[in-house]
Amino acid sequence: MAGYIAHRLLWSIPTLIVITIATFVIIQLPPGDYVTAYIAELVETGEVIDAETAAHIRHEFGLDRPMYEQFLTWIGGILLHGDFGLSLDWKLPVSELIWDRIGLTLMISVLSLLMTWAIAIPIGVYSATRQYSFFDHLFTVLGFLGRGIPDFLLALVLMWMGFLYFNFHVGGLFSPEFENAPWSIAKFVDLLSHLWVPVLVLSTGGAAGLLRIMRANMLEELGKPYVETAYAQGLSERQVVWRYPVRVALNPFISTVGWALPALISGDVITAVVLNLPTTGPLLLRSLQNQDMYLAGGFILILSVFTIIGTLLSDILLVLTDPRIRHS
Amino acid sequence: MQDETILEINDLNICFEMREGTVNAVNGVTFSVKPGEVLGIVGESGSGKSLSARSIMNLLPRNATVTNGSVKFRKNDGEVVDILAEKRESRKMRELRGGHIGMIFQEPMTALSPVHSIGKQIMTTLNLHTDLSKKAQVERAADLLAMVQMPKPMEMLKKYPHQLSGGMRQRAMIAMALSCNPSLLLADEPTTALDVTTEAQILDLIMSLQDELNMAVIFITHNFGVVAEIADRVSVMYLGNAVETASVDDIFYHPKHPYTRALLQSIPRLDGQKRRRLQTIEGMVPDPFNLPTGCVFHTRCAEKMAGKCTSQIPELTHFENDQMARCHLHQA
Ligand SMILES: Nc1ncnc2c1ncn2[C@@H]1O[C@H](COP(=O)(O)OP(=O)(O)O)[C@@H](O)[C@H]1O
Ligand code: SF4
Ligand SMILES: [Mg+2]
Repeated sequence: MAGYIAHRLLWSIPTLIVITIATFVIIQLPPGDYVTAYIAELVETGEVIDAETAAHIRHEFGLDRPMYEQFLTWIGGILLHGDFGLSLDWKLPVSELIWDRIGLTLMISVLSLLMTWAIAIPIGVYSATRQYSFFDHLFTVLGFLGRGIPDFLLALVLMWMGFLYFNFHVGGLFSPEFENAPWSIAKFVDLLSHLWVPVLVLSTGGAAGLLRIMRANMLEELGKPYVETAYAQGLSERQVVWRYPVRVALNPFISTVGWALPALISGDVITAVVLNLPTTGPLLLRSLQNQDMYLAGGFILILSVFTIIGTLLSDILLVLTDPRIRHS
Repeated sequence: MQDETILEINDLNICFEMREGTVNAVNGVTFSVKPGEVLGIVGESGSGKSLSARSIMNLLPRNATVTNGSVKFRKNDGEVVDILAEKRESRKMRELRGGHIGMIFQEPMTALSPVHSIGKQIMTTLNLHTDLSKKAQVERAADLLAMVQMPKPMEMLKKYPHQLSGGMRQRAMIAMALSCNPSLLLADEPTTALDVTTEAQILDLIMSLQDELNMAVIFITHNFGVVAEIADRVSVMYLGNAVETASVDDIFYHPKHPYTRALLQSIPRLDGQKRRRLQTIEGMVPDPFNLPTGCVFHTRCAEKMAGKCTSQIPELTHFENDQMARCHLHQA
């Protein structure tokens, strides 16, 4: 077991190196750089910048140096000083911009994942053990609705209803008076009162899909001979269902825990924009549009690290829960 | 219920309502088992053997309906349980399953939980039916594995099913079924999935344990040779009917039912000079949705009597030697 973890940890090092390089290259791939994007933005407002000024800005930011040099400077700063560089767009250190957002993103994604499971697993188990019952049919319909309605639409509807019926502003994660306030118990309570909307929105779609998978897995497991053996031992239905098939049916979920984070960052940007969430998605989107390379690079790097950790965690969990994998 | 029996199945009828129609899967099965006796149930695939066995556990498929009949089991303390009158989940049923009636299945590959060790699975049964301490459970589980002749029982406890061979798994399965000293063991084709050598070993094991523990065994198989080897009495099933039940000698030397006779002829003879090709019974097994009227065997019976056999369902005839057959040939 320890050997397995060490082995996996060792492997994540080259993975990380490759991801870092790929990240940097991809950010540089689109034609032009931050200054090009900056000039284009200024032109829209009527301002013009001459070539000399442009070259000056480029030089200041080091954008005129070769790519490998920029890369080495960047990665050296991170490794040696924990310095992720400067956001060209915001004129602020990247670290100042991203840690808060990553914290909130992590929190929302963990909560959504827990919520998704809390909805999907019991309902999936119920639907499978009471196949074709009234509630099974009802959950099937709700599941298809949940799957079919885009998250951002659900977000809009919830915001609209909250506003209409409760005169309650649900956008963002904080009320205006707490937005820039330092952390306090009151701010935390305020956060919780806002949090349920994004968590609900982000978990419904996933839960609906997961519910179908859980139901199908459970039906398959419930038909297996070992379930009959368990009944023949004298176990009650609840003991049989939760001790045996659920454990086996959960494996696909455990193995995908690690993907929850990147999914939230990439897949739900629209929801985050609609709900005005101070999470990573919108900021990452903007940094990519503006070719704000150090900001974008910093984000992608940190998220990759989390993804690798997540995958590692789910692999370890899987090995712990399924002896067949442990021994192969 | 008669005094000397441990189990009595009387006129059991089970059907399935399907979209395509009704399947009458078990039609009037009647047999009984005495303590310490081995009853073999033989029949082709689909004849209702497994359903009859599951009805003893009250573990029929959820879409099954019992339309008639009873299953009665006598516990060691003399109490008689009317099994089909109990709810599937009742406390009494759960006490019987694993506690008084053990069951082993055909597929040693898939009949054990893939995510629990052998020891854990045996201890689950012990935990449900005994007051043994954790430590005593471990010891008992190891003793059981030794009893089914598994090498290094203490190490075996920690093994998972996928780490064992088919024969070893079946041994573990037997250990699990016997863990609480059941007075009745149901064995549903426990050797069908095994190779011939392993099959012989497992049969030997079951027989020696049956002798040692003096429990009753219902042994289901589609192999007449296996029945000859282990059974005291035999029940022959065809299309949901127990068409004949008798002592193993009577079945082999004085079969009363044409189906039994046909089955016996289809066994390859080792002693005969002219070893004929395995002769199967003529005709097709009828469609379960469309059972023949009258005697269900009349479409394939060599001794069919026109009129009577095709229109009247034969009654069960009881002979003095405890033999029973369901055939018009023996009706006055
Ligand atoms: N779950 C089920 N749904 C519908 N029909 C079934 C089901 N289980 C068994 N049957 C019917 O009952 C018949 C007898 O089944 P079974 O007792 O398993 O036969 P055997 O064990 O003798 O091979 C089958 O041929 C099938 O037609
Ligand atoms: S009742 Fe008639 S058809 Fe049925 S087995 Fe007897 S002789 Fe054959
Ligand atoms: Mg069967």
